Amino acid sequence: MAKYIGKRLLYMILSLWMIVSATFFFMRIAPGNPFASEKKLPPEIEANLNAHFGLDKPWYAQYWEYLVRIVNWDFGPSFKYKSQTVNDLINEGFPVSFLLGMEAIFIAVALGVLLGIIAALKHNRWPDYTAMIIAVLGISVPSFIMASFLQYFLAIKMGIFPVARWESFMHTILPALALASTPMAFIARLTRSSMLEVLANDYIKTAKSKGLSSGVITIKHTIRNALLPVVTYMGPLTAGILTGSFVIERIFGIPGLGAHFVTSINNRDYTVIMGVTVFYSILLLVSILLVDIAYGIIDPRIKLAGGKKGE
Amino acid sequence: MQISKDKFKLVGTQLSEAEKISKPSLSFWKDVFIRFRKNKLALFGLVLLGLLIFMAIFGPYMTPYDYASNDLSNKNQPPSSEHWFGTDDLGRDVFARTWEGARISIFIGVAAALIDLIIGVIWGGIAGYKGGRTDEFMMRFADILYGVPYLLLVILLMVVLGQGLTTMIIAMSITGWINMSRIVRGQVLSLKSQEYVLAAKTLGANTNRIMSKHLIPNSMGPILVTMTLTVPSAIFTEAFLSFLGLGLTPPLASWGTMANDGLPAMRYYPWRLFFPATFICLTIFAFNVVGDGLRDALDPRMRK
Repeated sequence: MAKYIGKRLLYMILSLWMIVSATFFFMRIAPGNPFASEKKLPPEIEANLNAHFGLDKPWYAQYWEYLVRIVNWDFGPSFKYKSQTVNDLINEGFPVSFLLGMEAIFIAVALGVLLGIIAALKHNRWPDYTAMIIAVLGISVPSFIMASFLQYFLAIKMGIFPVARWESFMHTILPALALASTPMAFIARLTRSSMLEVLANDYIKTAKSKGLSSGVITIKHTIRNALLPVVTYMGPLTAGILTGSFVIERIFGIPGLGAHFVTSINNRDYTVIMGVTVFYSILLLVSILLVDIAYGIIDPRIKLAGGKKGE
Repeated sequence: MQISKDKFKLVGTQLSEAEKISKPSLSFWKDVFIRFRKNKLALFGLVLLGLLIFMAIFGPYMTPYDYASNDLSNKNQPPSSEHWFGTDDLGRDVFARTWEGARISIFIGVAAALIDLIIGVIWGGIAGYKGGRTDEFMMRFADILYGVPYLLLVILLMVVLGQGLTTMIIAMSITGWINMSRIVRGQVLSLKSQEYVLAAKTLGANTNRIMSKHLIPNSMGPILVTMTLTVPSAIFTEAFLSFLGLGLTPPLASWGTMANDGLPAMRYYPWRLFFPATFICLTIFAFNVVGDGLRDALDPRMRK
């Protein structure tokens, strides 16, 4: 176990180092400089600004400083908004995004598992087909289209939900639903197929012949075993929710980190793009690692020391 | 209890008949096709895909309007017999733009899938065939790159390299090939110890021949499925990037840029968002069900 975690940690750090270096070098070769604006700055001021942000040093010194800063959880300043650092942005926007993300994950897992279970228990009957059509639709409709459709029909046309902004619980429902739609569909399919696999096992037959009620069999014997693969999906789920939040927050005017990130992309605020990318990468890789470790603990059949499944 | 022998009678199986093959022999791909045909949803997806491709080719010629020419006296017109899908804020015909966008979106999807195929087959093929240290090194590299969050890297590349069709395809391919290479490696690993590969080696076939004549053709099934499923994810990524404002530059239209332009006007001119958005969904849906159908048809045991 310890060996496995160590190995995974090493890979995680290498991946992180790769993306941190990539952000650094990409931003150096990016066209235009961060102070480019309509007005041409006098050369003295530009030199001063460069000195202030350390841009006058050779690249390796800047690279080293950058790495050290990241290790110290300092994601640097914003070039466009002088008084704000990336850390300020994260502290301000991330709690909102986190709340939205958690709500979406809850919806995705709850509805997805429910749909999957119904589909598997009514295999090849109409509930199965209905659930699977919902799942295929969920996979085919990208979150930002789902968001605009939900907003148009449920908020603008029917007025059931508020159109945008982030004020009350009602404001969170549509964005969370839109964010959850695709992962929910994946979870439903995953749950269904693993339920079907488990239902075909001999121990289910044994349980039935012992005279256990179908409710007990479903809850105690089937679902417990069938939900294991769903746990593995939690990593990609986090990634999906995270990237999905960029567009969802934009559509619903939610002041989260995703919306800030998109604004910084449109402003070409390079330091913010770098900082937020690195922050997101750390978040993602750590959560994927945690999910993998949790999976190993939950399912004793997985031998962690042997590396990944299927290798 | 005794049962007398006269209670049994021979129903007439003849030994000579037992070995007779009554069904015509089927090649692997014929068999796959038969199974695929039974899957109604997949068949529907294939028809839908055919229609979409047909419209992408001929759609722009069906209307007298051009996708790029402005007509400011006719802006934001609702769908009518004149402009079938309405017009946008510069008076451009949405029908013409939708099918022009279909060309670009489908082109991006197919191009990304082809690049993934080439790099993935070479990388995974070499890693799987050589094995040992080479395999270890190549796959570790792929693992590390795989850890890099895909969309974030693509966004970063688009910001740095500037917007455009080529940049977008390059950005998607940088980590897109890893999935394909893993699948090819797995296939090659399991196939290379088969007797017919040994036989080919004994007959003096070189590595190139074994790869191109034996290992790759026999891995074609999973490769095909992966490709079919890469296309919709690339189309999705394109739309997503365009939606972030990192898409193609005007007057070029893709479904993503059209949806992005249509979003702010959704309340008053919903058709500007509705048409491109619907076609993004339909295309992704069609590719997904065809891909799923292919996977089920290729490997009936792996039904998901």
